[in-house]
Amino acid sequence: MMNRNVTGWLLLLPAAVLLVTFTHYPALGTLYHSLFSTPKAGRAAVWVGLDNYQAMVADPVFWQSLKNNLLFALGTIPTSIALALAMALLVNGKLRGRAFLRLSYFTPTILPMIAVANIWLFFYTPGYGLLEQVTSLFGLPTHNWLGSRDTALACLIVVTIWKEAGFFMIFYLAALQSIAPVLGEAASIEGAGRWYFFRRVTFPLLMPTTLFVLVNAVINSFRLVDHIVVMTRGGPDNASQLLLYYIYDVGFKFWDTAYAAALTMVLLVILAAFALGQFVLLDRRVHYR
Amino acid sequence: MSAPGRLVETLAAWLLGALWLLPLAYAVWTAFHPREYSARFVPTAPLTLLNFVEAWNAAPFARYLVNTVALVTIILAAQLVLCTLAAYAFARYEFVGRDVAFLLVLVQLMIMPDVLIVENYRTMNRLGLVDTIVAIGLPYMASAFGVFLLRQTFKTVPKELDEAARVEGAGALQTLWKVYVPLARPVYVAYALVSVSYHWNNFLWPLIVTNSVTSRPLTVGLQVFSSTDQGVDWSIITAATLLTSAPLLGAFLLFQRQFVQSFMRAGIR
Repeated sequence: MMNRNVTGWLLLLPAAVLLVTFTHYPALGTLYHSLFSTPKAGRAAVWVGLDNYQAMVADPVFWQSLKNNLLFALGTIPTSIALALAMALLVNGKLRGRAFLRLSYFTPTILPMIAVANIWLFFYTPGYGLLEQVTSLFGLPTHNWLGSRDTALACLIVVTIWKEAGFFMIFYLAALQSIAPVLGEAASIEGAGRWYFFRRVTFPLLMPTTLFVLVNAVINSFRLVDHIVVMTRGGPDNASQLLLYYIYDVGFKFWDTAYAAALTMVLLVILAAFALGQFVLLDRRVHYR
Repeated sequence: MSAPGRLVETLAAWLLGALWLLPLAYAVWTAFHPREYSARFVPTAPLTLLNFVEAWNAAPFARYLVNTVALVTIILAAQLVLCTLAAYAFARYEFVGRDVAFLLVLVQLMIMPDVLIVENYRTMNRLGLVDTIVAIGLPYMASAFGVFLLRQTFKTVPKELDEAARVEGAGALQTLWKVYVPLARPVYVAYALVSVSYHWNNFLWPLIVTNSVTSRPLTVGLQVFSSTDQGVDWSIITAATLLTSAPLLGAFLLFQRQFVQSFMRAGIR
């Protein structure tokens, strides 16, 4: 019916206009501008084909940021998910101070990443911060945690885990509460151990939640770089450079927007590939609930 | 469960809880004590609010606070209107191209505005909106997440209610307002809390698109303050840090259950 078509599109229109302007158009614009040179004073942008991409392949900082981003994802995702699950299992049972513990696990979620980074920056301060005070109790030498190539990225990973685990916990908590208690009772009558029960019943039932959390964690590992701005600025010597932070550096400090567009394309391709992979491979398994 | 097993579990839970609270407790200690005690834990150390006073006076935090409140309010208001209309269209209208349009909306779940900073800055520049609060909010107003969440909710509303309203002569918008919106209230509350938390805390895009006190939100103001003005006076920086997080943290502590349930509800699709 003509009328319903018109009404439907009219309802959608305001959101569609903004969505196209700030998601689809810039995504295509990124591709377009990555094929041109950066306009400079008195010189308009000219078509350069794949030059920006060639420069990218030859750019060691790009490869470093990509490698760091993979390490960052591998460092944060499994640990924060495992911790989130452990937290949820702990505070789902009968436990002294359960409400208080839930609160302490969840609180970092509410804090701005920028505030978290400030707090942890102080925590890591050489010679003075809490971490150094603890390590000096054990007689360890002083160490510049954020200023050293070997530990900077690891420090950021720890902060991210601290910030995210409690957030993921609540999804597990919600899922655990929807599992029928009868299952547990039946299992204990059958004499199943708790670990066996977890492995064979609880964990499989939590699979949809795990996938949901996993998707969020992957996106976050490529999207969230606020703490780098505060804690390391990608340094020392690019040791904690992540892809989005490098894009920010190139685009808004060196104002090389064309090269930043090429770098953004890599990020978009990673996210799109992940979306597609999720759609094709994993969606089927989620639908059994 | 055996008694020793339970004890081990309780201990593990508390150890984890202590680890999770430690950085925060450390910040609170530093902010509420004089500078000499910022890394010395003497139980008799005198308490003070001077760090907060100094931080508050050293930067225009009042203005930043106003900006942040304006920002989250504008974004939320726009999101509620836009997402409600779009979600209604997707849930109850069969128009040409609906499924393709819905897929295109879902694209934003993966490719969020946070990663399109270079092109969106270009757009804001062209629109002459750089350094305005509206520019910070615009890319987030049509929220795919909001559309998705509300569509799921509207789909559970019985069609009979919709038809009854139509029979009584209500138009599309009236039906939406009288039937759907009231029934989806808990979802609106959940979405609002998640949205406000997200945008209160958002940082990178506001950092890029603002460059003066008139539009900077708290997060950016905090960064400008702690990276340039203060050197390494940790007492004042941590005081400022707690100051910027305080309103949201306070609201969270007051309405814990509401917050946690909102985040849960928003996560279960």
